[in-house]
Amino acid sequence: MENTTPKRSKMPVIDCDIHNSIPPGGLSPYLSERWQEHYKTFGLRGRIGGYYPRALLNAARRDAWPPSGLAPGADLGFMQEQLLDAFDIEYGVLTPLMPVGEQLNLEFGAALARAVNDWQVADWVEVDPRLRASIVPPYEDGDLAAEEVHRCGPNPAFVQLLLLARTRDPLGNRRYWKMYEAACAYDLPIAIHFGGNQGPITGAGWPSYYIEDHGGMPQAFHTQVTSFVMEGVFERFPTLKIVLIEGGFAWLPPLIWRLDATWEKLRVEVPDLKRKPSEYIRDHFWLSTQPMEEPPKREYFEQMLEQMDMDDKLMFATDYPHWDFDSPARALPSFLKPELRRKILADNARELYAFDKL
Amino acid sequence: MPKYVVATPDEIPPGDSKIVEIGGRSIGVFNIDGEYFAIRNSCPHQGGPLCSGLVTGFLESPVPGEYNYTRQGEILRCPWHSWEFDIKTGQSWWSPAQRRVRKYEVQVESGENIEASNAGPEKGPYVADTFPVTVEQQYVVIEMD
Repeated sequence: MENTTPKRSKMPVIDCDIHNSIPPGGLSPYLSERWQEHYKTFGLRGRIGGYYPRALLNAARRDAWPPSGLAPGADLGFMQEQLLDAFDIEYGVLTPLMPVGEQLNLEFGAALARAVNDWQVADWVEVDPRLRASIVPPYEDGDLAAEEVHRCGPNPAFVQLLLLARTRDPLGNRRYWKMYEAACAYDLPIAIHFGGNQGPITGAGWPSYYIEDHGGMPQAFHTQVTSFVMEGVFERFPTLKIVLIEGGFAWLPPLIWRLDATWEKLRVEVPDLKRKPSEYIRDHFWLSTQPMEEPPKREYFEQMLEQMDMDDKLMFATDYPHWDFDSPARALPSFLKPELRRKILADNARELYAFDKL
Repeated sequence: MPKYVVATPDEIPPGDSKIVEIGGRSIGVFNIDGEYFAIRNSCPHQGGPLCSGLVTGFLESPVPGEYNYTRQGEILRCPWHSWEFDIKTGQSWWSPAQRRVRKYEVQVESGENIEASNAGPEKGPYVADTFPVTVEQQYVVIEMD
C-alpha cells in the first residue's frame, strides 16, 4: 500500500475541519446517570432527522472505517495514521457534529454539550497535542450557551465555538447575543459548519435530493452572513470573529456587492450600522476551503480570490473522514503563488486560533 | 515486459479483487466473470485508494424517468469522491465536461474493447492506469514495466 500513502505537502498544514465521532458509550463517563438514562430511553430529539447515508455510509470515505470496528472518526489511532501522520498535520481543529445545539429538550442539550466538550478534551486533545477542541454550546438558548462557554472558555484546549448552519433563527438575532458576549470574553471565534436540521436549506421549501443540500448549502450561509451584518452584531461585539466551515466561498463577493448597494439605499432602516456591509464582512469573517468551488478556468479562480480580497481569511480544511475530503497534497490549485498557498494551508489559521496557548 | 505472479485464481473468485504491490506500486486485481483486470490503486483525481472503492454498476437515464442499470460488477467507485471508473479500461465516466483532464497512459490487452459507442455514456476526464493480466499455469500474472 506504500504507493497509496498520500504525498506529504511540502508546506506546514493546519486542518480546520476534522470530524471526530463518539464511540458507543463514549459519552457515559461525562454524563450524569440521570442524563445517561434519558439518552438511552429517549435518544436525540430535534425538529427533523438528519438523514443518512449521504452518498456513502456515515457520509464517510469508504477507506475511513477503522480496523477496530469503530465508526469513521471514532478511533484516534487510526485517525493519526490516516490523517495527522500521513499528511504531517501541524494542528487539527476538531469539529464533532453531535447535534447538541439542536436538542428540543434544552436541559438535555446542555448536559450533552458538557459531555461532548469534556470528552473532546480528555479523549482527544490531552492524548494528541496536535488537536484542539471546539466548544459545542446548546446554542438555541443564549443563557445556557453562555454558561457552557464560561465553563469551557478558560481552557486553552478550546479554540472556538461550533454551530451548525441551519439554525432556528438567523444568527444575528438577539437571542444568541449572550453566547457572543461570552465568546468575546475568551476571544473565541464562532464557527458555523455545514449542516443542521432545524429548517429547510432554502427560502423556498424542501428540495428533493441530497445533492441539493450538498451543492446548495451556501444558501444557509448567505442568510447567516447577512443577518450578522444587518442586526448590528459587529457594532455590539467589535471583536467577534466568525468562521464559515464547509460552505465554499465563491458566493461571497456577489453577496457583498449586493449588500453594499442595498445598504446605500436602505441604510435608514438599520442605523446601527456605521460601516458598509463589505467592511464588516472582510473584518469579521474567515472561511474554510473545503469543498472549494472549482471554476473551469484558472483565471476564474484567480478572479474569485481577487474579488474576495480575503487572502488572510481563507483556511484549509480536509473534512476528514467525510467522503468529500480534500487532500492537503492535492486539493489547492497548483498555480497558487507559494506565499498565498502557505497562508491558506497554515498561516491564516495559526494567526486566528491561539494554538500555542495550550 | 517482466511478469509478476500476484495470486492463484482461487484467491480472486469472480466478483472479488485483491490489492497487490509490485515494484512500489499498489495495484488492484479484479475478477469480472472469470476475466482478470488490473488497475492502479490511486485515483487520478486526488490520490484516493481507488481499489478499495465500491464495485457497482452503471446507472444512466436515456430520457427523464427511464433508468438503465447495467454492467453490474464492472464499475469501480472511488472511496473518496465517488468518481466512477470502468475496471476494464480505467476510463472514468460521468464527469463535468469542463474539468481538466489528467492524462495517463493506458494499456488494454485483455478484456473486451468497450470504447463508448455513440449511444453510450460520456467519457470523464480521468483514466486510471490499467495493466494486462493473464493466468499462467494456475497463476494470475501482471505484465508491467
